Amino acid sequence: MINGISIVSVWVLDQDSAREFYTGKLGFELTNDIKLDNGMRWLTVRPPGNAGQEFLLMDPSHSMLDEQTAAAVRGLVAKGALSPGVMATTDCRGDYEALVTRGVEFSQPPAERPYGVEAILRDDSGNWFSFTQRTG
Amino acid sequence: MGLGRSAATDVTSLRMLRKARDRIDRDYREEIGIAALASGAGYSREHFIRAFHAAYGETPGRYRTRRRVERARDLLRSANLTVTEICYLVGFSSVGTFSSRFSELTGMSPTRYRAEAAARGGPAPIPGCFALMWETGLPAAPAGQDRTCGEARGAGTGVPSGA
Repeated sequence: MINGISIVSVWVLDQDSAREFYTGKLGFELTNDIKLDNGMRWLTVRPPGNAGQEFLLMDPSHSMLDEQTAAAVRGLVAKGALSPGVMATTDCRGDYEALVTRGVEFSQPPAERPYGVEAILRDDSGNWFSFTQRTG
Repeated sequence: MGLGRSAATDVTSLRMLRKARDRIDRDYREEIGIAALASGAGYSREHFIRAFHAAYGETPGRYRTRRRVERARDLLRSANLTVTEICYLVGFSSVGTFSSRFSELTGMSPTRYRAEAAARGGPAPIPGCFALMWETGLPAAPAGQDRTCGEARGAGTGVPSGA
């Protein structure tokens, strides 16, 4: 039985900056920061309210991708085309205010939706996330 | 292919273009001058319009119009406001312009759109952000033009000068 998703890969442009953004600004916990023999840096973080799921913050230039593909992925991330998914929050409006104060960019402020309150957050690389507090 | 160009340069310029685009998303109601967006992104006005078009397939002015129409559709579906109120709320300064841009992008007038949305019943169970990114995200690439690497390709190709 498949019982969840343990790691989601997120392409980032700069792993040092991503580590600072996710841990320093979003308040994620650092779970791994390991340099592998093949040159890949295994950098994982976990949202504070969740014991299971982690983000793997991957640099396309130091991954399984060839150079040309990595450059294409970096371009897609930088132009804002990619979205790794939805971040769940227990207080969309409160978190939005706190995160904006810390310099986190949102392309859309919190708004009422049929399923809850939702904003759109950008990470430091250009990935966008729905930032949603579900009703009920 | 345009990948021969320095990827680092591409990423830097694409990031600046994306920030300008996010600013349009955030401040779509305001009449931010294209020149101001351009200088914020480190471009001259004309170069900015070309680079934005190369990355996103449309001019920044056109993108802002689509963003405003998308916000108007959202309000028409969900808000108890008149069409005129919604027109001004999303940043248009004339109802005539609003109606014609809306019809051009949606295929029907705002009034008819609202009537059809009401007839369909409540909103679809799709997160609004996905609907938003679907509608204002990335338009279809012009034929023969690959926009994945932004201004590396296609810059200066037949971009309308009016933003």
